[in-house]
Amino acid sequence: MAETATQPSRSRDLDKLLLRPGNLVEPTFEPGPGLRDDLKEYVKVLVVGAGGLGCELLKDLALSGFRELEVIDMDRIEVSNLNRQFLFRVEDVGKPKAEVAAKRVMERVSGVNIVPHFARIEDKELEFYSNFSIIALGLDSIEARSYINAVACSFLEYDADDNPLEETIKPMVDGGTEGFKGHARVIKPGITPCFECTIWLFPPQVKFPLCTLAETPRTAAHCIEYAHLIKWDEVHSGKTFDPDDPEHMKWVYNEAVKRAELFGIPGVTYSLTQGVVKNIIPAIASTNAIISAACALETLKIASGCSKTLSNYLTYNGAQGLHTKVTEFVRERDCLVCGPGILVELDTSVTLEKFIGLLEEHPKLHLSKASITHRGKSLYMQAPPVLEEMTRSNLSLPLFELMGKISKDIVHATGTTIKNDKKTSSLIKLRVAFKGVDGVTDMDTAGGA
Amino acid sequence: MAEPKTKYDRQLRIWGDQGQAALEKASICLLNCGPTGSETLKNLVLGGIGSITVIDGSKVELGDLGNNFMVDESSVGQSKAKCVCAFLQELNDAVKAKFIEEYPEALIETNPSFFSQFTLVVATQLVEDSMVKLDRICREANVMLVFARSYGLTGLVRISVKEHTVIESKPDHFLDDLRLNNPWPELRRLAETTDLQVSDPISHKHIPYVIILVKMADEWAKSHGGNLPSTREEKKEFKDLLKARMIALDEDNYKEAIDASFKVFAPRGISSDLQQVINDGCAEVDSSSLDFWIMVAALKEFLAKEGGGEAPLEGSIPDMTSSTEHYVNLQNIYFAKADADFLAIEQRVRNILKKIGRDPNSISKAIIKSFCKNARKLKICRYRLVEEEFNSPILSELQKYLTDEDYSVAVGFYILLRAVDRFAANYNSFPGQFNGAMDEDISRLKITAVGLLGDLGCNGSTLTEDLINEMCRFGAAELHAVAALIGGIASQEVIKLITRQFVPMPGTFIFNGIDHKSQLLLL
Ligand SMILES: [Zn+2]
Repeated sequence: MAETATQPSRSRDLDKLLLRPGNLVEPTFEPGPGLRDDLKEYVKVLVVGAGGLGCELLKDLALSGFRELEVIDMDRIEVSNLNRQFLFRVEDVGKPKAEVAAKRVMERVSGVNIVPHFARIEDKELEFYSNFSIIALGLDSIEARSYINAVACSFLEYDADDNPLEETIKPMVDGGTEGFKGHARVIKPGITPCFECTIWLFPPQVKFPLCTLAETPRTAAHCIEYAHLIKWDEVHSGKTFDPDDPEHMKWVYNEAVKRAELFGIPGVTYSLTQGVVKNIIPAIASTNAIISAACALETLKIASGCSKTLSNYLTYNGAQGLHTKVTEFVRERDCLVCGPGILVELDTSVTLEKFIGLLEEHPKLHLSKASITHRGKSLYMQAPPVLEEMTRSNLSLPLFELMGKISKDIVHATGTTIKNDKKTSSLIKLRVAFKGVDGVTDMDTAGGA
Repeated sequence: MAEPKTKYDRQLRIWGDQGQAALEKASICLLNCGPTGSETLKNLVLGGIGSITVIDGSKVELGDLGNNFMVDESSVGQSKAKCVCAFLQELNDAVKAKFIEEYPEALIETNPSFFSQFTLVVATQLVEDSMVKLDRICREANVMLVFARSYGLTGLVRISVKEHTVIESKPDHFLDDLRLNNPWPELRRLAETTDLQVSDPISHKHIPYVIILVKMADEWAKSHGGNLPSTREEKKEFKDLLKARMIALDEDNYKEAIDASFKVFAPRGISSDLQQVINDGCAEVDSSSLDFWIMVAALKEFLAKEGGGEAPLEGSIPDMTSSTEHYVNLQNIYFAKADADFLAIEQRVRNILKKIGRDPNSISKAIIKSFCKNARKLKICRYRLVEEEFNSPILSELQKYLTDEDYSVAVGFYILLRAVDRFAANYNSFPGQFNGAMDEDISRLKITAVGLLGDLGCNGSTLTEDLINEMCRFGAAELHAVAALIGGIASQEVIKLITRQFVPMPGTFIFNGIDHKSQLLLL
């Protein structure tokens, strides 16, 4: 080996793992200084979320050999973040999380470059996400996970035998915590189950029946939800409740107290009111540290092959003793998100406008207000107005022509669907095939492009 | 001001004001502030631990910048303890942070009484010899001790405390305490005075299942010689009786009653876990007994006397389909019984305290109340001295781990983590710590590990070549991600020990960073 024992190096510890051959490693592992340099230069990692997990992830990745990082988060720093989001200080309250987090890590780890994005994940184009080698998720919402998962799976392409094409796989690592518990998982779309394949792991929250709230309240939470869901609308006609407005929260609390007194129910406190209304998940630094570290370690393994990867779901529970468990979940063959895509067969005469209408009527999709992208090119965009205007003229053109007259190809549609009575942004991958056009055209077009 | 409440809101929802107060009173000593130690303290400082003392004798080197977030370019050449301490202080100014620039090994050798001032010592990256010595010191001084070590893609966390008792163990899923198999007179009376046959359908479907079951169980007992359903057929018959009482398909209260009917069939009395606590030798109390054991002694008396074999009632009931009025009535009845049980236990606690010559009021009402509420969930954790474990591990367990596929990597790492210390004692460096003599180190480590297993009375052939190679490849590297994970676990255990809530882990946790099949080894 070229290195001597005494030469001081910043990567003293990491080098042992990256420069030395090993037996319990991935077949792709090629130890050496080249690997170390490649991690620095060519592996771009996106961290989604700059909260409890995101802060830890940025630190862990910056100290695990990665140099090119980006982070996206739409939130601003709040006082209640400070018990675990260690990159933030009291004086940072109100500033965008992504920006402060990126700055703090760059200040301490020289050579690391972190680009912050103070934005909603839905506001970035697909193109943005396609730039990263690996996406690390530090999120606390199912909707956001679902969205990023769909984005990563949208890049996935299959060959003629329905086998995933290696170079189109965009790996994700995902972490989540609640109190002393957490999970870390590795998602390799097309190989391991995607978030949607195992959506049953995240059952929707049980809501109280409205008649219980209105007629037979029994618990403090019933009184709070009565004030929040029923009384608010009765009194404030038209004004929507804002959970972040302390005046609104106070009002709900006071009403809940009155109702609890009326029915002789104990236990309504301001803290409980906030917890119920905002559905606050308890969170502590230690659990976030454990889960993020597991995710960062897996990111390093995926990028370098320096050890086996987690296959594929780790749960951690520290509440009663300590329990860890690795479960190997399997893919859902017919998954709408990571599968080969929903096949839509069309006549070559179908216009883009008609196609968008079909997506709304499609029994499996019900996708309304869809924007359509083909091979990174926007065919029609619902927003912003400038883009809408620019792409509007495409609506009357046949989709077949817009797609370059090929017999079949992947098209991405983003729009809204209704999930659990809630409007959600959805991204759907479609396999569009045109009737009466044979495969030869396909080959010709591909060859000529 | 209101600020700490807001700042700690997300954790107060887990351990409450009392847990927080315990943290804020605690003083923690950290030995060695590499990434494993620094990350452990970071999580505690953020949560508002009372005070920290960082002990490390080394200076920051360039290599430390690659694995420790708490040091930066400007730290190189300076005291590591000082730099880490300064960064930690920045995270939370409510924490008293100080450092001592000294090697922990030296302190352990020359100044053992130093450690007695702390609530808990977190000892990171210590080799076996120092672990054993520190463990004896802390055990003697009654100071809690947590070992943490990161080593390549493996590592360990081990608690060492003579005895840790928990009242608020806060299990996730625990059967509610409704006493449907053994209702007390007031509950029985409430059921008796409720008319299940009420004709108004709205009223009919708002009778809580607790009342339905108590009443139906009573009726059953009357016609079955005082016995409750016990055979499969009887249980089914009982459920069918419940079903027959429904007057509409949408009666959730009856559905809940059918689902909960097993609570009527459940055996009376306390669980075997609680029986074990009661039977513990410590429950024979004297003037030096801990408050916990005095309350257990009171509980033991209570069970034999007014409890009639049942622990004090918890007093809270889960939400269930019910009219508000029925529900509030039920709540009151459960609360009143819990309060009566508490008064009985309190009286016994005071009497015992008097008998052993202590101030009868030396245990507060609040603590006795909490003890009563959690009586069914009491936990006792005891830990062997590491020296005892190292010299004479529980051989049957060790053999089992060595041959169990799920444990083989973890136990392999356990043995190898000890073997590298023997190696280091013999050759003055860890295997693979420096480049060059890798092949020689591998064969030396193998001989050392097989020798170690032999000393313990086990066959050395269970260790795989792959794992030994891997251990040499690690070369004592302290990788940041592994350190953050081990430090995260260590800090979580510290929180459980200090707040006396939840249950700390037993045995030794061995991290397996290869495929994450980590294990707890109870040796
Ligand atoms: Zn899927």
